[in-house]
Amino acid sequence: MALLEIENLSVEFPTQGGVMRAVDGVSLKLEEGEVLGVVGESGSGKSVTMLALMGLVPFPGRVRADKLSFNGRNLLTISDRERRKLTGKDVAMIFQEPTTSLNPCFTIGFQLTETLRLHEGMDRKAARRRAIELLEQVGIPSPESRLSAFPHQLSGGMNQRVMIAMAIACNPKLLIADEPTTALDVTIQAQILDLLINLQKERNMALVMITHDMGVIAETAKRIMVMYAGQIMEERAAQELFAAPQHPYTAALLAALPENSTGGRLSTIPGVVPGLYDRPRGCLFSPRCAYATEHSRNVRPELRPWAGGQIRCHYPLGDASRTARINADHPLGTEVAS
Amino acid sequence: MLRFILTRVSLIIPTFIGITLLAFFLIRLVPGDPIETMAGERGIDAARHEQLRKEFGFDKPVIVQYGIYISRVLQGDLGKSLITQAPVWEEFKSLFPATVELALCAILFALVIGLPAGMLAAIRRNSIFDHGVMGISLAGYSMPIFWWGLILILVFSVQLDLTPVSGRIDVLYYIEPVTGLLLIDSLLSGEEGAFASAVEHLILPTIVLGTVPLAVIARMTRSAMLEVLGEDYIRTAKAKGLSRFRVVALHALRNALIPVVTVIGLQVGVLFTGAILTETIFSWPGVGKWLIDAIFRRDYPVLQGGALLLGIVVMSVNLIVDLAYGLINPRIRHHR
Repeated sequence: MALLEIENLSVEFPTQGGVMRAVDGVSLKLEEGEVLGVVGESGSGKSVTMLALMGLVPFPGRVRADKLSFNGRNLLTISDRERRKLTGKDVAMIFQEPTTSLNPCFTIGFQLTETLRLHEGMDRKAARRRAIELLEQVGIPSPESRLSAFPHQLSGGMNQRVMIAMAIACNPKLLIADEPTTALDVTIQAQILDLLINLQKERNMALVMITHDMGVIAETAKRIMVMYAGQIMEERAAQELFAAPQHPYTAALLAALPENSTGGRLSTIPGVVPGLYDRPRGCLFSPRCAYATEHSRNVRPELRPWAGGQIRCHYPLGDASRTARINADHPLGTEVAS
Repeated sequence: MLRFILTRVSLIIPTFIGITLLAFFLIRLVPGDPIETMAGERGIDAARHEQLRKEFGFDKPVIVQYGIYISRVLQGDLGKSLITQAPVWEEFKSLFPATVELALCAILFALVIGLPAGMLAAIRRNSIFDHGVMGISLAGYSMPIFWWGLILILVFSVQLDLTPVSGRIDVLYYIEPVTGLLLIDSLLSGEEGAFASAVEHLILPTIVLGTVPLAVIARMTRSAMLEVLGEDYIRTAKAKGLSRFRVVALHALRNALIPVVTVIGLQVGVLFTGAILTETIFSWPGVGKWLIDAIFRRDYPVLQGGALLLGIVVMSVNLIVDLAYGLINPRIRHHR
């Protein structure tokens, strides 16, 4: 049985101009100890998907799903109280901005022991001892004295380590890291990533890494999920995805990496992610896709199994018959795919 | 830290000059003098009037009078009341506890209702409760204190006969002042019913004086809370699996309190201004009523001394609030 099963998850935000779909039909399975990378541009719904799993979708967002189960428990039907026993204990999350993610009015020690006392029922002394251990594990020097420090007295990297210590305090089965290194210096980024990977290996916990940096994810994830405008575009084993991307969007993302640049200029994807008003009828990526046809502009592709993973595209790049089909779907007969 | 306190204390000097100047000259702009008011309707003949003016020193130029007054104040002598002949400082000392008692009860009343109301309004933003609280607090904020006091007296004292109209305690009781706060003294005295009577007398003045601070605190708490609830660390607190109550009442409130405490500090000045009106309406024997009486009697030393002492009290309280600020906001504590 998978640790995490999500089927057809949607998150909607009612706005003045209509209902905004932040997450649209996401399905996902995660085994114990698995590392999943989630990539996509800003606003592609990566964070909101995970917030929905945590039960943290901000007001007035609405979460719907056919199935949302974690560790054999149906998150859609259990009470808020039951769910709170899971969040922070079996599934924990760290966020993008470590400095603002910690409460400025409480000491590191207080915020760290709070979780331990709540979920593990530790007394003050035991929680303190455990907190020192945890700070040591995440590589914070002289942890004892740091317990009485306030977040503003520590650097961003240190604060992120504290956040990680807080998240792993109760030995979670799943850790979600939402762009954990975006706000940090490049040198610190590598350290934090190493720390996360090591912790994942030591504890054999499942790890979901959200990022918009393909480079970060290549080194860490075994499986990668590419999201765009709230939908999964492609989801496959990392090595295969990097070697031979199947979705035009994935291919474009990879081509935009500086290390893949061949000429003098970096390759870009023209256009922007569709918003509330310009959401295409067909494939959401079609306005920016080099291979879009009349068919893909009008008919939205379903998420379907493909090449050992999932894909949402009419013409996967590895499909032998795609050239012929693209040409057939073009009423003007223009040759696009070659 | 020490430097901060010294800077603040040194600010008392210009304030002292300002208050004495204003109180001294403004009251002398009011037509009539203490001798005329003392003589009353019977009047006084011109020669006797002139003689008394000389005795009191009112014949000298005003600027000279001011100089004499200031030099005395600097020696710690605030003068004597022209009417009662009692030293101003002694009178202030005996009346001030009544004002403190009323002000404390009023701010407590404002906090006990204002903080939870503001918090709830923020959590249930745009609900009927939210709109209700905000509407009522706007009304409370705009309410003239004297009118509000009279309405309450009319309804609760006159019509419903629930509360006494005026005073601090029933005339049946004589309470030996120990702390000066009747709520405590009446308990200490052990006289049956004295405490209840003191409480009854406090209810309406407390509500009247506490209404404006209540409205301000409720609105401030709501807006501070709304801002804090959107912060990243609230999401973190929720992600820890903390109960909704703990997230709001501990993690959010602690941060929301920072601007609220500032507002409470600023309300102290408002509170004393309000106390002057409230005490007059309810014949509350505090410094507010004492000052108003002094104006009507042209009791120059009382008015000058009272204004000065109240000014110093307000400044001291504001200083204490500023210092307390560091206690609730660690970022300030360490940066100073």
